[in-house]
Amino acid sequence: MGNRHKFFQRNTFDQAMAGYLFLLPALVALAVFLIGPIFYAFYISFFQFSFLDPGNAKFVGFSNYLHLFRDPEFLRALWNTSLYSICVVPIQTALALFLALIVNNIRGKTFFRVAYYLPTVTSTVAVSVIFIFIFEPAGILNQLLLHFGIHGPNYFNSPTFALPAIMAMAVWSSVGQFMIIYLAGLQDISEEIYEAAKLDGAKGWRLLWYITVPLLRRTTFLNIVMSMIGTFQVFDQVYVISGGTGGPLNATLSVVLDLFNKGFKTMQMGYASAMAFILFVIILLLTLIQNYFLGREE
Amino acid sequence: MKKNQVALYTVAIFYSILTLIPYVWSIYTSLKPTSEVFHMWTPLSKLSFSSYRYILGNFPFGRWLLNSMIVAVIVTIGNLIVNTLAGYAFARFKFPLRGVLFYVFLATMMIPGQVLLVPIYMLLANLGWINTYQGLTIPFLMSPFMIFLARQFFLGLPKELEEAAEVDGLGKWGTFFKIFLPLSRPLMATQVIFTFQGNWNAFLWPVLLTTGQHMYTLPVGLNSFYGQYNAYWNSVLAGVIMLTLPMILIFLIFQKQFVKGISTTGIK
Repeated sequence: MGNRHKFFQRNTFDQAMAGYLFLLPALVALAVFLIGPIFYAFYISFFQFSFLDPGNAKFVGFSNYLHLFRDPEFLRALWNTSLYSICVVPIQTALALFLALIVNNIRGKTFFRVAYYLPTVTSTVAVSVIFIFIFEPAGILNQLLLHFGIHGPNYFNSPTFALPAIMAMAVWSSVGQFMIIYLAGLQDISEEIYEAAKLDGAKGWRLLWYITVPLLRRTTFLNIVMSMIGTFQVFDQVYVISGGTGGPLNATLSVVLDLFNKGFKTMQMGYASAMAFILFVIILLLTLIQNYFLGREE
Repeated sequence: MKKNQVALYTVAIFYSILTLIPYVWSIYTSLKPTSEVFHMWTPLSKLSFSSYRYILGNFPFGRWLLNSMIVAVIVTIGNLIVNTLAGYAFARFKFPLRGVLFYVFLATMMIPGQVLLVPIYMLLANLGWINTYQGLTIPFLMSPFMIFLARQFFLGLPKELEEAAEVDGLGKWGTFFKIFLPLSRPLMATQVIFTFQGNWNAFLWPVLLTTGQHMYTLPVGLNSFYGQYNAYWNSVLAGVIMLTLPMILIFLIFQKQFVKGISTTGIK
């Protein structure tokens, strides 16, 4: 009996040691490159601080945060990013569901899945450059429009058309990813439910609207949240297309691009950190809203 | 029913054309001479690989390709080791603070990566690691999300495995390497695919952490090349194809794992 007890004690200790050992590399990375930097970023968000002149750091309390909401550039970036998200998320989600329902009911699923998913594995920089070419004033799109007698604009150099063109690009490049998640969700719906509904006389559209769509609610929420988080962090496309300026006339300035320029062009690192935490709060709120809805369902 | 099917196929095919045309058009344009770039139809006889030869011969595209490879491979291997070990520890060992530590990892997933831009930049600058391979790789060797996935995977394996290992007289490491690791190929595939893809296509961090042309990764190099030579669309698009093609080939070879991965990661 005593021996056994010793054995278990030993075993518990061994397990704990092994556990910490296996976890060690991840813990070091977590401390040095995640937790430490997060706290440091929070700390300097209360300072007027430039990396070039660390000796002159000045504690300013909440004034970075307060100043953000009086900063016309940041407000414009927030407006652009919100608009981008509000337009892209629903269109992307609806189109992904629509395509998933179609692909689920035809042969050649693999081909369509591969074709629709290609843009997701393509670098955002490559996608941006391809679309700049397509949207050139004399590019393929405007040449096609000319056949219908429409004179297309100079998309990315027009304050009106630049952001909508980037939205179209965003939908094109990530709809496939959300479609695949929907397809997985569709696979999880059991045939029995459909059989039961058919017995009750449900057909076609009614079946879709009253059975399929509600059963995919979880997937829909997941897609919407992932899409929201992604769209609020938009950077690559606007950086490449506007050459890092967010132009024309700040029409394509996004929150992360503004953060990037404030942090590393004008070197206002405290201010940029405050902006990063505002972004964090926005994304956190969006996630909490999602959890609230999902929680209510269960 | 028949009519219905025709309509479905029509829509599906129309949308795949919409998805594929930008790729086809980019390849087509990259093979054209400069004078033909904005012409709708260029005869096949005028097409050649001269733009590819031009950008490889006169610009550091080869070097950028190599940099992208080095960075993506190091980060992928590092992540594979670090995340798999951590996920295994959380799933199969009991130790004090296990729950707390796991929640700390999960909590960091809430933080958008942009919060880290300023502090990581400063940390690397103080170490003298800006514009170096270690700066582009070492801060990115761990992923809380992948640890979460690895833990899920290892939690799903039966308890009998440890008992069998004990019968065989295997220690903690032996159990992991000889029994669990051979079983975790699907997990490894998912991790490799997503880490490699993310790094191959990454732009925000590399554009921040590289200051000299010779350290650019392909996306950063392509962006700077486009900025300077945007009149030469055939060369710019040849660069686009160079950046895009490797990832597409990997995707086509492993498309089953991609789809599985995205489906499992989708259902958190």
